[in-house]
Amino acid sequence: MSREDYEIVIGLEVHSELSTKTKIFCSCPTEFGGEPNTHCCPVCMAMPGTLPVLNEKVVEYAIKAGLATNCEIADISKNDRKNYFYPDLPKAYQISQYDMPLCEHGYVEIEVDGEKKKIGLTRIHIEEDAGKLNHDDYGRGSLVDLNRAGVPLIEIVSEPDLRSSEEVDLYLKKLKSILEYIEVSDCKMQEGSLRADVNVSVRKKGQKEFGTRTEMKNMNSFRSIVRAIDYEAERQIEILEDGGKIDQETLRWDDVSGKTFPMRDKEDAQDYRYFPDPDLVTIRISEEMKENIRKSLPEMPESRKKRYIEEYNLPEYDSNILISSKYFSDLFEGATKVCNNPKAVSNWIMTDIIKELNEKELEPSDIPFTAEQLGNLVVLIDKGTISSSIAKKVLQEMFENPREPQKIIEEKGWVQISDEGAIKEVVLKVLEANPQSIADYKAGKDKALGFLVGQAMKETRGKANPQMLNKMFLEELKK
Amino acid sequence: MVVSREEILHIAKLADLNIKDEEIDEYAKNLQDILNFVDILNSVDTENVEESIGIANNTNVFRKDEIKEFGNRDILLQNAPEQEDGMFKIPKVI
Repeated sequence: MSREDYEIVIGLEVHSELSTKTKIFCSCPTEFGGEPNTHCCPVCMAMPGTLPVLNEKVVEYAIKAGLATNCEIADISKNDRKNYFYPDLPKAYQISQYDMPLCEHGYVEIEVDGEKKKIGLTRIHIEEDAGKLNHDDYGRGSLVDLNRAGVPLIEIVSEPDLRSSEEVDLYLKKLKSILEYIEVSDCKMQEGSLRADVNVSVRKKGQKEFGTRTEMKNMNSFRSIVRAIDYEAERQIEILEDGGKIDQETLRWDDVSGKTFPMRDKEDAQDYRYFPDPDLVTIRISEEMKENIRKSLPEMPESRKKRYIEEYNLPEYDSNILISSKYFSDLFEGATKVCNNPKAVSNWIMTDIIKELNEKELEPSDIPFTAEQLGNLVVLIDKGTISSSIAKKVLQEMFENPREPQKIIEEKGWVQISDEGAIKEVVLKVLEANPQSIADYKAGKDKALGFLVGQAMKETRGKANPQMLNKMFLEELKK
Repeated sequence: MVVSREEILHIAKLADLNIKDEEIDEYAKNLQDILNFVDILNSVDTENVEESIGIANNTNVFRKDEIKEFGNRDILLQNAPEQEDGMFKIPKVI
């Protein structure tokens, strides 16, 4: 038997921090960072006698996420305590939801090799985040910072519908994009506002029952999730091929070695003893509330894509890239409003902007300039004020030190030379210096013209209007 | 349902309690009493009673999403057996 005879089955538990201003059960700020234990109060520090009060926005955001992922929204829901000991969990229980989550039975659609595939969502529930442990290098102890304790999370649990690490990657990107569109989470993996635990099992193709699964934690980028799945599936197949058996256990992914390690003693089977939190009351969601939240949902990516193709005549390929992130999509729409040249804006996003983001290892949400500024850049090109090669330099400036493109070209003296006299001067100078090219051109080598234009561009440091240069060279060469 | 010694040991472990061998039977009996009591509740006819969650009758007690900073870390940390850099210092956790 070989790897091809096996099917990988994957289910995900995605935790996403909600972008509310305050924590789930107290009024402390949720802002990332800050001096240790300064975003804390007696409630999130679990002082005796304190009582949690649920943040209404958390309920609203979770329902929003549920509606955007085709879930059924519960009429009645409640909070439960999940009991376990760990120093980052001050109450020694996490307030979560057990048997009555806010949202159930949804799905997210992904496109695998051009075919649509629905990934089922078991549930979405609300819960609180834990604090953070810092370890000092000398091994004398651990330090507890509870700034993150009580930050609201939604946990999105998928059905075991995913069949490869590629599908997982597509699913996560889709989920991230949905959460960004509905503006309930920042989805910044490096700040931990989007995390995923991954359940992996393998089975022989055609086999009905699932294999024994393992759960992996500690992956901090989409890339490490993909790597971890590939590694773990391979590990399981090898064990089975050697006649072994998979242990159901929780594994920790180590990004440096690229391997998984057992996280806790297998003897300690998880037993969370969930029970309803007596400090909190029942959540009742009226039809009216659901309807109001439904109405507040923004236009979703699929609908935007349709509009881009129909209204702006963009190719499907462009549209897919633009809607892949709310930030691209908003940038595109905002800039197009200014310059009325959708294809040009789309090209700038798909090529130079994405290239710049990749090089700088930035996310679309980190784009520092506004949509209006990008629109104005395209206007400057369309008006012939700057050439597209200068525009590339302006865009880089906009990344470094964002300001109006008009201001940048004035400061840098990058305005395109479109003055006929000035162009002619350059053309004559270049011709005089390159008699061989003139001879080549006259001998039928058209490439010589390109060389001459290039020389003139060099001479003017990219500022000459290329159409005018071309035209004038042709005129002179014909003489 | 009968509470076994193994169950007592399991529950003690989950609750992070050290109990002595001679205490096990005592705890088993106590827990058994509680379970028996709950069994009585189970025998009540609830045919026409509406299902409820918890004992509070009210629902939807919410808070507005408005920041109120507590703003006094020293008070929060004052009872910590040990602290360092504004954090609780605890035995090393891997």
